[in-house]
Amino acid sequence: MKLNCDIDIKHLTRVEGHGNIRIRIENGKVAEAQWEVVETPRFFEAMLVGKHYENAPYICGRICGICSIGHTLASIRAVENGFAITPSEQTAKLRLLLKHMETLQSHILHIYFLAAPDFLGVGSVLPLTESHPEVVQQALRLKLLANDMCDEVGGRRLHPTRTVVGGFTMLPDRYRLNQFRQRLRASLADLLASAKLFSTFDLPSFSRETEFVSLKGEGEGIYPFIGGDLVSSDGVVKAEYDYLAMTNEYMAEYSTSKLSKLSRKSMAVGALARLNNNFNELHPQAKEISEDLGLLAVNHNPYMNNVAQLVECVHVVLDSIVLIDELLSSDWQEERQPVIPQAGKGIAAVEVPRGILYHCLEFDDEGSIQRADCVIPTSQNHANIMYDIEDLARWCVAQGKNDRETELLAQMLVRAYDPCISCSVH
Amino acid sequence: MSIQGSLGTFLGVEMAKPKVGFFELSSCEGCQLQLLNNEATLLEFLSLLEVVYFREGMTEKSNDYDIAFVEGSITRDDEIERLKEIRHNAKIVVALGSCACFGGVNQLKNRFHDLEWVKKEVYGDYPISTRKAAPIADFIDIDLEIYGCPVKKEEVERIVSRLVLGKAVTHPQYPVCMECKANENICLFELGEPCLGPVTRAGCDSWCPSNRLGCWGCRGPAPAANFKQLKEIVKRYNIPVERLLDRLECFGGFQNIVTDMRGSGGKGENET
Repeated sequence: MKLNCDIDIKHLTRVEGHGNIRIRIENGKVAEAQWEVVETPRFFEAMLVGKHYENAPYICGRICGICSIGHTLASIRAVENGFAITPSEQTAKLRLLLKHMETLQSHILHIYFLAAPDFLGVGSVLPLTESHPEVVQQALRLKLLANDMCDEVGGRRLHPTRTVVGGFTMLPDRYRLNQFRQRLRASLADLLASAKLFSTFDLPSFSRETEFVSLKGEGEGIYPFIGGDLVSSDGVVKAEYDYLAMTNEYMAEYSTSKLSKLSRKSMAVGALARLNNNFNELHPQAKEISEDLGLLAVNHNPYMNNVAQLVECVHVVLDSIVLIDELLSSDWQEERQPVIPQAGKGIAAVEVPRGILYHCLEFDDEGSIQRADCVIPTSQNHANIMYDIEDLARWCVAQGKNDRETELLAQMLVRAYDPCISCSVH
Repeated sequence: MSIQGSLGTFLGVEMAKPKVGFFELSSCEGCQLQLLNNEATLLEFLSLLEVVYFREGMTEKSNDYDIAFVEGSITRDDEIERLKEIRHNAKIVVALGSCACFGGVNQLKNRFHDLEWVKKEVYGDYPISTRKAAPIADFIDIDLEIYGCPVKKEEVERIVSRLVLGKAVTHPQYPVCMECKANENICLFELGEPCLGPVTRAGCDSWCPSNRLGCWGCRGPAPAANFKQLKEIVKRYNIPVERLLDRLECFGGFQNIVTDMRGSGGKGENET
């Protein structure tokens, strides 16, 4: 058995933002296990104070370079909920389609560029262009499709331009939407190949029981993405406006990000949490792939988040095809509805790639923002990552892993959460 | 600006294969991700460079690089040291994106002159370290700026190709409005939307106005900008000055004109 081990990783690579891993094992006991978040805070909640409501989605999208669409849509929903605006059916469908493509883009980026190199024994995706060109091409095709569709629906793949309170500034081209439908169908082959590749990956068998928090699908066959009830795998159910009861933020000295907990000392959000809480609402084909890859609800292995992301990719592609069919079956309606500000509070919960995201905005009667609060998925995961690392260190001792193996497993663990650290500090 | 290492020649021109590093200070890291976002040309783009530092994308790290692309603004003391170290290591430092060039959205917190209030609004009484958001040129000499929030990948590709070929890099002097006209868009003022197209530096191919969103000025002022005329346009179309100011102050590129329009101690400063 390995008795002593000292791991000190400053600025972990292949994750978004800046975090450190510290593990110290002495005489076979874990003396220290820390996930330290050192990102600089940017104070988005303060920036918004005094700003007119139309700034909220535009500025909040800049919280994150990966899930800018998710932040933009969360802010829009918060404003619309605050002003008692219900988006039209067409707007709701287009927003969901846009969200799906962000999910696909973000998951593919994570699975292939950030996570896969560990499973294939390399330091980045770059050597894979030589050793596994077909894998890289698959990833690039999928990512390109998702990004092209984000351009078409949202105006731009990063920091979208067409998404505004009340609807869209412009609608996608119907002919091109139909072309995208064909590309989506064709992309299933790449996703199935991805699933095959994943089945060859040696996922660590580590697991630690935790509480999974996500939105709940509103009805049979509806996997949740925008709005709805908040649920946990420990049985907590709250309404969207009651989000503070789910987040319980606190500060700790090792993190510039806030942290969250619910029924236990930590909780998890993200693809695995969504899937664990909504397994039966997955598209049947996505569910089948999940089962083939050994992922059944409720699964407590954090490394399985990689698999859950892949399963969600299949789900969003299939659901996008349905959405396009529905959108093309009727003529375009008005793209943007009038917005009349009113005083009050608007709260939005949106499932973004890394988990449930909350935006809360308070307005005066002219629609000027008086207070803002954003609770980020990764900040809800930080404590869980930390306790996972502690447990993983113990597990590595018991399994007789050497320093290098323990270090790699710890890095892979954090990467599995696909943390968006600058987002979490915002 | 000269770079060692060679890719051989292309059409008789010597091509360098520079070692490059990508670095991020306070930012959303979106500009770096934009570089991965042009999937169709990504592999060709990468073949021009030897990427030796890209924390977000690769595990290997080296401090031996010719070009450093720095994203993000300075918002905490420790970032100044990191930035100086990058300057020391690199032959060419490129400010990548609006945060690095002007402070970006991060500088929106500067409009509250009381940073203690800003901290308290987000963290309550919990101690947290920050400073006024500032562009990187406030602390080091920079060689090149690539504007935009986000940067446009095509522009980055053009600029990097010119660096590799040893050609001078220039930015358009005219405003976004020119590109917007060339793209035959309906003028957003006609739709009742405020737009900074008349004063913002071109080069984005009127990215936002072509999607029917008025320009927010993320690329900063065009050298040939006519602010007097902009104020007249806004007045003619009956657009509230505050909506214009929201855009002018969003990314930090128009700091002087904002100060001028607000006057000292005007609305938006210390509003609490």
